[in-house]
Amino acid sequence: MLEGEKKIDEIKDLSKKIRLNILKMALEAGASSAHIGGAFSLADIVATLYSSFINFSENPEDPNRDRFILSKGHACLVYYSILKEIGYLSDQELLSFEKTGSILLGHPVKNLKKGIEFSTGSLGMGLSIANGIALSFKKKKVSNRIYVVMGDGELNEGSVWEAMMSCAHFELDNINIIIDKNGYQQTGTNNEILRMFDLEKKLNSFNLHTESINGHSINEIYETLKKFKEIKKPCVLIANTIKGKGFSGFENDNAWHHKVLTKKIYEDALIEINKK
Amino acid sequence: MINSAKIKLFSTIGPRASFGMTCLELIKEDPNLIVITADVSTSAGLDRFKKNHKDNYIDVGIAEQNMIGIAAGLASEGHNVFTTTFSPFQTLRCCEQIKVNLGYMKNKVVMVGLASGIVLGTLGYTHCSIEDISIMRSIPNITVINPADCLEVYKAAFALLKYDKPAYLRLTGTTNSPQVYEKDYDFKIGKSITIKKGEMGTIFCTGSMVHPSLMVANKLYIDQKIDLQVVNVHTIKPLDVIEISSHIKNSKKIFTIEEHSIIGGLGSAISEVNSSLANPVNQTFIGLPDDYGKSGEYEDLKVEYGLNEESIYRKIYETFKIE
Repeated sequence: MLEGEKKIDEIKDLSKKIRLNILKMALEAGASSAHIGGAFSLADIVATLYSSFINFSENPEDPNRDRFILSKGHACLVYYSILKEIGYLSDQELLSFEKTGSILLGHPVKNLKKGIEFSTGSLGMGLSIANGIALSFKKKKVSNRIYVVMGDGELNEGSVWEAMMSCAHFELDNINIIIDKNGYQQTGTNNEILRMFDLEKKLNSFNLHTESINGHSINEIYETLKKFKEIKKPCVLIANTIKGKGFSGFENDNAWHHKVLTKKIYEDALIEINKK
Repeated sequence: MINSAKIKLFSTIGPRASFGMTCLELIKEDPNLIVITADVSTSAGLDRFKKNHKDNYIDVGIAEQNMIGIAAGLASEGHNVFTTTFSPFQTLRCCEQIKVNLGYMKNKVVMVGLASGIVLGTLGYTHCSIEDISIMRSIPNITVINPADCLEVYKAAFALLKYDKPAYLRLTGTTNSPQVYEKDYDFKIGKSITIKKGEMGTIFCTGSMVHPSLMVANKLYIDQKIDLQVVNVHTIKPLDVIEISSHIKNSKKIFTIEEHSIIGGLGSAISEVNSSLANPVNQTFIGLPDDYGKSGEYEDLKVEYGLNEESIYRKIYETFKIE
């Protein structure tokens, strides 16, 4: 159980901070545009992960840390936001997003000193890397865990399924896969672009353990990830989310997959998020 | 330890089995070494390694994209990693994984491309690899090495174990392959080796073409008094630019010989140096045509595409006859 309402409120507060950071960066990016929808859909998951599951210390390169891989690299805004909240990135760095010479590009670029573990952005590669790390941890007999966040659109990539098979074959129970199932990809819904049919059944047939939950319920995310620690199989959290969740103007409007945030919309979003 | 018996054995068993044997020694240097294969353990000469070093061996199945990701993950945790599969699947099949996971992120993985070139000609061009040097050398941070013989496979593998960058080790030639080196020698990544001196021009060659180049140069001198220098360019990237420039400056003409497409390989790499010089010299490109041409036995294909000693001899000699 989550340690009472206080803890839930803390996590909710963190996801609010994450969303506000995302907005600030998106505004700074200006005409360069920003991937907002898929970052907002992940805010509650990332807040729960970093407040209750991912083991990290003041040193971003601490060998004892758990590993986090944002395989859907275009959601980098949620990643940079949490790295700022845990003290790895400064405000100034955050606001340099997508500016010439910045370390924070529109897709994450590996920078261990800043807590960015891997360069991602080309979809379908994160789980393979996680498999390699998990194999190394098993060989070294260490108990660190690897959390991989993927998108549902990303599942179109064939390499994802090579990696899923491999994860099950090598029984990598130190990996947790989180699928941000918001139902959309760049130019439409998953159903319009490439139908998945029964995702859970597919994953179960690969011999992966799955749980399908509300990806915005802190309690459900927390309880499920906690349960995963006891399961001796690679686990997949299918997080049913709303693309753009947190501001009514973004929610389920796929235009916000990648769009320019105007000052007016920024201010509207700020008011709505701060009210919650 | 290298001795003449071992060199002869390597030569008899060919580059792939030599690589497998080399792994048995690499692991003595680094007990954390991981050798990965994509369901080609026997072809990579890894049967003994697989049996004796279970914890250091991973078969990922026929899934090369995943193989590169796994290798990158292991490398990021500090392991020395060698991946093995046939050259087309080691390079083109997972090209973007190589770009992002190894080139972009600089994860140190050694990719071993088995049976590159046209040695598997009877199997058709799905299994031949005439584009790999071109593609691998265009990816930033990837080192490209094409050893001249089986001893050089061994020397390169050891050098790569201690190297700090991702690399592609391209294996060419077959069993009973001729020895370029009869005894141990000094091998340094990025340092070309002059194996014959000569004053009338320079042959730059790599991989399986080093031995025939040397034979042709010796014969041209005996028959025609054409005295050519022969340089083994085992490392195509990073290219030994200073040394190669100096060779070109001392040459009236140059020849590049490789078992690879004439587009993008050693010939192109050398011409990038040559054309940047104040006084570039004439270059003859000897390599495979830009085509998926005939399939067949290795020796027949070399004759068909002018990569056997007789054809190379004729082609070089003609450039001197014209003068």
